[in-house]
This record gives sequence, C-alpha cells and structure tokens, in this order.
Amino acid sequence: MILASGFPPGVEDFDFQSLVPPLGQAITKITLLAWLAAAIIIVFFLVAYRKPKLVPTKTQWLAESVYGFIRDGVSKEVIGTEKGVRFAPYLATLFCFILVMNIFGIVPFLQISPNSHIAFPAFLAIITYVMFIYLGVRKHGAWGYIKHSLILPGVPLPMHFLLVPIEFVSTFLVRPISLAVRLFANMFAGHLLLLVFTLGGVALINAETIWFRPLSVVSWAVAIVMTFFELVVAALQAYVFVILTASYVESSLADEH
Amino acid sequence: MKLLAESGGAQILLPVWSEVIVGAIAFVLVCLVLMKFVFPRMEETFRARVDAIEGGLKRAEQAQAEANQLLEQYREQLAEARTEAAAIRDEARADSAAIRDEMLAKAGEERDRIIAVGKEQLSAERQTLIRELRSDIGSLAVDLAGRIVGESLADEAHRRGTVERFLAEIESEPAGTAGRG
Repeated sequence: MILASGFPPGVEDFDFQSLVPPLGQAITKITLLAWLAAAIIIVFFLVAYRKPKLVPTKTQWLAESVYGFIRDGVSKEVIGTEKGVRFAPYLATLFCFILVMNIFGIVPFLQISPNSHIAFPAFLAIITYVMFIYLGVRKHGAWGYIKHSLILPGVPLPMHFLLVPIEFVSTFLVRPISLAVRLFANMFAGHLLLLVFTLGGVALINAETIWFRPLSVVSWAVAIVMTFFELVVAALQAYVFVILTASYVESSLADEH
Repeated sequence: MKLLAESGGAQILLPVWSEVIVGAIAFVLVCLVLMKFVFPRMEETFRARVDAIEGGLKRAEQAQAEANQLLEQYREQLAEARTEAAAIRDEARADSAAIRDEMLAKAGEERDRIIAVGKEQLSAERQTLIRELRSDIGSLAVDLAGRIVGESLADEAHRRGTVERFLAEIESEPAGTAGRG
C-alpha cells in the first residue's frame, strides 16, 4: 500500500478501499483497526481481571496501573477526590481507546491510526461535549448552567457585551472542535510525517541522479526517529484528550468560577 | 476511494458517517465491558486492599494497646503487692515492738510481784522466828537461871512476868547494847 503510493504523499493516502464494496466505508482497514482496538482492550482487561487478587499478578498490576493512573492522576486530580472517582471508569476507558488507536499509527503493518480520520475523534469529542453540558444542566439547571458558563462574576456590565460572546464561542464551539481536531490533526500529521520520510527514502533510492540515492538512508533514519516521536505523541494526545474532558466536566460541576 | 482527494483536502475535516457509526459501536462496546465488568471490580479490589492494610494495622494497634494495658495492669498489681508487703512489714514491726513492750511490762510486774511475795514471806518468817525465839529465849533464860539458883524459880518467874519485862527492856534499848546484854 505504502510502496504503491506516489511521492509526495497527500490526503489520498488516507483513503482506504472498502473491503466489502456493498457496505462502503463501513468496512475498511480503518474500521477494522477500530474493531481491533476495541477487541484488544476488552480482551486484555477481561483476561487481566479474570481473577483479581489482593496481591496482583503482573497482568493485573498493569491493568490496575492504567486505571489507577487515570483515576488518581487525572480524575481525582482534576475533578476532585470525591467526585473524581465516579468519572474514572469512563475517563480510563476513553484513554485506553484513544491510546490503543493512536499506537496503531506506529505498529508495523497496521501503520495507521483510526484517529487520523476525523470521524473517530469527532465522535469521542461529541460524547465529551454532551457529557459536560448534561452534567452542567443537571447541576445548575438549564438557565443556571448558561449563566454559570457565560457570565463571569465581578465583571462590569458593559464588558459582558464583549465577554458573553467570547465565552459562548470558547465553551460551546471551540471546546468540542478543538478537542476533535487536535487529536485528528496530530494523528494525521504524524502519519503524513512518517510517509514523507519513508516514501522520501524510496523516492531517493530510485532517483535518477545517482548521488541522491545514499541520502535515502538518512531519510529512513529520520523515519525511525519520527516513529519514536510518534509514540510519545500518541500517548500525549490520549492523555490530553482525557485531561481536557476531565477539566470540562470539572468546570460544569464547579460551584463558582 | 477518491473520496477525500476529490475535494482538494478540506473534506478531511468532514467525518465519514459509516466510520462514525463503527467508532461509536466499538467505543460503546468497550465502555460497557470495562465500566461494567472491569473497573468496578478494580475499585472493589482497591477497597479490599485498603481494608486489608488498614485492618492489619488496626489489629496490630489493638494488640499493642492490649499488651500495654496488660503491662500496666501487671505493674499496678506489682506496686500494690509491694505497698501491701511494706504495710505488712510495718505492721509486723509495730506488733513486735508492742509485744516486746507488753512482755517487758508483764515480766516487770511478775518480778515485782515475786519480789513483793518474797519480801512478805521473809518478813513473816522473821516475825515467826522472832516470836519463836522470844518464847524460847524466855524459857531458856528461865531454865538456865533455875538451874543456877534452884528449881522453883521457873513458876515464880512466870507468875511475875519477869522474863517479859526483861525482854521488853532489851527491845527498848538500842540494838547494839541489847545484843551484848
């Protein structure tokens, strides 16, 4: 697939042929990878927690540390010690789902993250969006929540003409879009970056000018470095998505600004 | 296939609906399994672990407290026993002193009594002795005088009470001269 693509890579490299044409884009490499991510997570956690023990085995310990990391490091830290525990299961699930899908971007032969298609980040962002609005309305009431999120206390009246639209845009428009686009763009750019250096190496080795050819080694070396860089980005973006979701939830549950 | 490429790139920001649906189903599935079967059990395990640790600590604390209490109790008992022993010793000492005093007093009394009795006896015996001696001396003197001057003197002397008078005279004189006369 990659070798078949031309150089330079473009957005067409993110199109995958339907594996079952009548179903269109529902069954492609991308959607299969999404299923694979779900299956890996479910199987891993069910196996790791088949028989939980007080003194954990290695697998159980790993599963617990992933959950404990989100529970204590994100949920309790951002939302609060008491309320945070309630949101920890969702946040941990979200983290695992995004992380596994992101890491697919650098797994050999998979080499692409479903999150480099806006559909997946968009859906996850919409859940966060609906969740923090629902929680805010449930806590403050519909009007109370709008007031809570749009009107900053202690600001002189004329400033509200400026601040209310800004707050509205930042809370109800920018939040979900930035959440989705940040994750999507990172994965998209990461894939593109790897393609540039990998395909660039291929292009160089096939170059007509003979002294360009050794440079392909440099290109591939950079591709390898970039792969490690992508691993960091994959983990970081999953973490950022989860921590922003937690902070939005916290802002909806907060009593004061 | 040329879905995204055709529109020159901006289309990459528009989600493919079938992918959204797949993503939604996959994610909801993961959520259901993890949030229903895995993470609640993890919370349980965490709690059990905390219980186990805190329970152990509490048990240890309890045992420690119990041991301390027991030790305190023993110490108290020991101190009590010590004071009791001291009290008993003091009492015994006091008793022994009292007994000694009492016995001394009794012995003194007994001694005094014995001495008194002895003295009485002595004086009584002396009296009897004197009385006996007096009568003996009389008759002896009369006998002696009768032998010297004649037989009949004895009755005469009795009659006239000469002897008694003589003796009374001796007694009324100082002891030193009486002894010689």
